Amino acid sequence: MHASLPDANTLIARLADAIAPTLTPDTLIVGIHTGGVWVAERLHGLLQCAQPLGTLDISFYRDDFSRIGLHPQVKPSNLPFDLEGRAILLVDDVLHTGRTVRAAMNELFDYGRPASIRLAVLVDRGGHELPIRPDFAGLTITVPDHQNINLSRLDDGHLTLSLA
Amino acid sequence: MNRQLTQDGRLRHLLTLDGLPRAIITQILDTAESFMDVGEREVKKVPLLRGKSIFNLFFEPSTRTRTTFEIAAKRLSADVVNLNIATSSQTKGEAILDTVDNLSAMHADMFIVRHSQSGAAHFIAQHVAPHISVVNAGDGRHAHPTQGLLDMFTIRRFKGEFHNLTVAIVGDVLHSRVARSQIHALTTLGVPEVRVIGPKTLLPTGVEQMGVKVFHDMEAGLRGCDVVIMLRLQNERMKGARLPSAQEYFKFFGLTPEKLALAKPDAIVMHPGPMNRGVEIASEVADGPQSVILPQVTYGIAVRMAVMAMLAGTGNA
Repeated sequence: MHASLPDANTLIARLADAIAPTLTPDTLIVGIHTGGVWVAERLHGLLQCAQPLGTLDISFYRDDFSRIGLHPQVKPSNLPFDLEGRAILLVDDVLHTGRTVRAAMNELFDYGRPASIRLAVLVDRGGHELPIRPDFAGLTITVPDHQNINLSRLDDGHLTLSLA
Repeated sequence: MNRQLTQDGRLRHLLTLDGLPRAIITQILDTAESFMDVGEREVKKVPLLRGKSIFNLFFEPSTRTRTTFEIAAKRLSADVVNLNIATSSQTKGEAILDTVDNLSAMHADMFIVRHSQSGAAHFIAQHVAPHISVVNAGDGRHAHPTQGLLDMFTIRRFKGEFHNLTVAIVGDVLHSRVARSQIHALTTLGVPEVRVIGPKTLLPTGVEQMGVKVFHDMEAGLRGCDVVIMLRLQNERMKGARLPSAQEYFKFFGLTPEKLALAKPDAIVMHPGPMNRGVEIASEVADGPQSVILPQVTYGIAVRMAVMAMLAGTGNA
């Protein structure tokens, strides 16, 4: 199954090509930890974005907190800009239920009121449970619920997608 | 058998730092680090404990500790009820467990307990329903774990590591629950040299068995220290004449700029508050460049947020 997934770098390049014509100079790119940050870093470079890159750890906003508790390694969110009135491009690796994106939007609004938020994901795997759809997807496929798509990063920085 | 942990090793109550595993302490400090920026946001809140009710049960007066617990709970979006029981039903003779039962019947999720009797928080923790967590906010001379944790957080922020430090705790160790919690945490985190400095009358007998070096001379004890923790002289606990006078105490054990100069040049000075200026610490030191006493207060909020979030996330609360 592993071999059937496209190369992550090809997908990121495709995603960048789709985003480029719509990207305004003041757009802020924000990646969701952990995989979304890796993708956001690449897009930030490919799109030659002049604004600093933002990162979000949504652990404090998860809706399953009372069932599974706090993630043991919460990373600080880092939004090195005032997002009031700004256009945001939110980036994640895999869109599944949409709950992570819901949490990320709630967190963004605790920092201010952005003018707009658009969503870019490397893979939209289906199985949405909320009315959240990507504005840009590198790959759209349907994966059964019991399977997971994971993005991992090797020591040399190479990104790979795997299905398990 | 550790009452503080669940069977799978997660934090269930926070009662003492004695025996609390290093991994849990480190997890609390790491979690606190990620809460640090919440106070800087436009909305100084995260929704983790929305819908939870936290009761501050203070059987003994406190301003700073109660306030920082309250702010921490509110930044986690919990509902907070403050009860200063010293001035309410306890004076009418209600038993402590009746108070707890009544508040549990109001659907409490967590109790923050301060009491002048050692063991009060343990006692309540044994009694409460399985979904309720208890945090010890100071019990008698026994323990004040969140203060100990915020002190460790402060040391880590300013010194980075624990394995290369010499830390001195100065003053009234005998009556100090803060000192006990600090000593347990420092040794668990691998600080190679923990010193206690004070007059014989204010050091507990057998304190060496906690793994500390004992000094009765301030000059010798401060030499080469990275961290100097001053304790409050517990006037209100002092029964009988353990000390000739506050002036004489200051002369021998008060931290002055001259005595601080014996520690390392980059040593930090800490104090759990409230300070007795001119008794255990000179104002020049308390307000001086090496003092981190006010950052301790700020960090106390993030550390208490971390403890409450971890407790509420064990699937109980």
